[in-house]
Amino acid sequence: MKNSNNPKPADKTIAWLQTQLPKLVLAPSFSIILLFVYGFIIWTVYLSFSASRMLPNYEWAGWEQWERLWNTLTWQTALDNLFIFGVLYIVLCLVIGLLLAILLDQKIRLEGGLRTLYLYPMALSFIVTGTAWKWFLNPGLGLERTMQEWGFEKFEFNWLIDPDMAIYTVVIAGVWQASGFVMAMFLAGLRGIDSEILHAAQIDGAPTWKIYTRIIIPQLGPVFMSALIVLVHLAIKSFDLVIALTGGGPGNATALPATFMYSYSFTRNQIGVGASSAVFMLITVAAIIVPYLYSELKGSKK
Amino acid sequence: MSDNSQQHGLNTALLWRALIYSVLIIMAVIYLAPLFVMVVTSLKSLDEVRTGNMMALPLEITFEPWLKAWQSACLGLDCGGINGYFWNSLKMVAPAVLISTLLGALNGYVLTKWRFKGHQIIFGLMLFACFIPFQIVLLPMSQVLGWLGLANSTSGLVLVHVIYGLGFTTLFFRNFYEAFPNELIRAAVMDGAGFFKIFRYILLPNSAPIIVVTIIWQFTNIWNDFIFGASFASGEAAPMTVALNNLVNSSTGVKEYNVHMAAAIIAALPTLLVYVVGGRYFVRGLMAGSVKG
Repeated sequence: MKNSNNPKPADKTIAWLQTQLPKLVLAPSFSIILLFVYGFIIWTVYLSFSASRMLPNYEWAGWEQWERLWNTLTWQTALDNLFIFGVLYIVLCLVIGLLLAILLDQKIRLEGGLRTLYLYPMALSFIVTGTAWKWFLNPGLGLERTMQEWGFEKFEFNWLIDPDMAIYTVVIAGVWQASGFVMAMFLAGLRGIDSEILHAAQIDGAPTWKIYTRIIIPQLGPVFMSALIVLVHLAIKSFDLVIALTGGGPGNATALPATFMYSYSFTRNQIGVGASSAVFMLITVAAIIVPYLYSELKGSKK
Repeated sequence: MSDNSQQHGLNTALLWRALIYSVLIIMAVIYLAPLFVMVVTSLKSLDEVRTGNMMALPLEITFEPWLKAWQSACLGLDCGGINGYFWNSLKMVAPAVLISTLLGALNGYVLTKWRFKGHQIIFGLMLFACFIPFQIVLLPMSQVLGWLGLANSTSGLVLVHVIYGLGFTTLFFRNFYEAFPNELIRAAVMDGAGFFKIFRYILLPNSAPIIVVTIIWQFTNIWNDFIFGASFASGEAAPMTVALNNLVNSSTGVKEYNVHMAAAIIAALPTLLVYVVGGRYFVRGLMAGSVKG
């Protein structure tokens, strides 16, 4: 990209600028990311080792905040919940997404319309989803009474206010929102499979289910991986949905690390503990994302 | 093969088709049910909401809840409805989407067509920024916004969304431009076209699909954001999502479910509209990028 046919020495600066221009264009964005992402990560890590309570306090306090974090009962609940929510949310989204994609792949009439229907919840904010499901699952007015009015008089559904079951309502709403997106990913994957192999298998007389379990699903590996990454990442970040649906309650029954961090940092004046929990969240995400990104970037280099 | 078994095979196939369609339709009903309930509830009077069936159509359609949600519902002490917050969100989304998309396009252009040593590392660092849980930046960000005098302001939120959207917009454009023929760029350089000229006259006119994807993605994410809004813009500067949550969760006294549902639909309308209008291009564009990955 050098401008070698430029004889005048005065143009040298311009030529230099020309070669440096791409870097100059990228520089602001990259500096911003360095500062506001990586700088802030270091900042938060430091806060997690500081004596901060109500206000940031940069006095070094060692592992004090971390000990406090692990001795907090709500944090233990949040971790348990993250595990329950994460596993169920991811597994259900994958299963339902794959099932819908396979069914839609059977030359269905109205495929476009159905696809749109399964996908629309993804356009909604978690706050809207939470509000809608909160009303839908309202014990006494929502689904419970509807079923009773429809003749199922013994029908009971009060998970929303049951501390043991409330976390599962978060799973329901979460799966409702994300499974359509997973379906779209799988559907795109299914459409990308070489149809000649399928034809060959069909000619050999293999039954459809066998073609799926032996040939098609194994080929969806990369899509599984992408979907899994998206879902893990969504599960760990889940915050809005819980806030809108249950507010973390009843009690702390639906607390997740994300809601824990927010309430300790901003309403309970425990900035240090909040910072520790944020660092923990980052480490969890990084443990999954970094190897994935590494392999993706290496793969795309070729 | 006897006639009988062929007939039998046909019947099984028909049965399978029927089963497939039933499952698909049942799932469609489940996906639609919450939206249906929201719409129906928002058109009922509170009396009817309390005494009637959630799934039933309104006996008497009323737009009162919508009006109330828009202009007179109380969020804490402020009884001006949600319209102000709706505009806050619009004022936040428009500049944030435009700036982050433009920067993403330029970054993607540099990272594919004007590579220099270390471009892979720079891209990796920007890519990882897409996935950080935002909790990790909340505490420093609230300090910095305070120092900049941007706490509790829409401009502050614009800044935040531009910064944390850069990773994704760069990723989209970078993947898109990766497939763009380098020969065209080289030919343009031979002809004496400079960095910006090439971008403006060769890359940009061919970027429509990825611009649509990026704008939809950014619009949806920024409009739907809650955590930044809740952390950095309380009170009058709050975006729509925060206002909706305040309305639904803080109302003292009578819970006006019909008003809540109307407000929720209003909050969902812009992204639903974007999805209905542009969803097709979005999925197509996004899938093209993610599946090949």
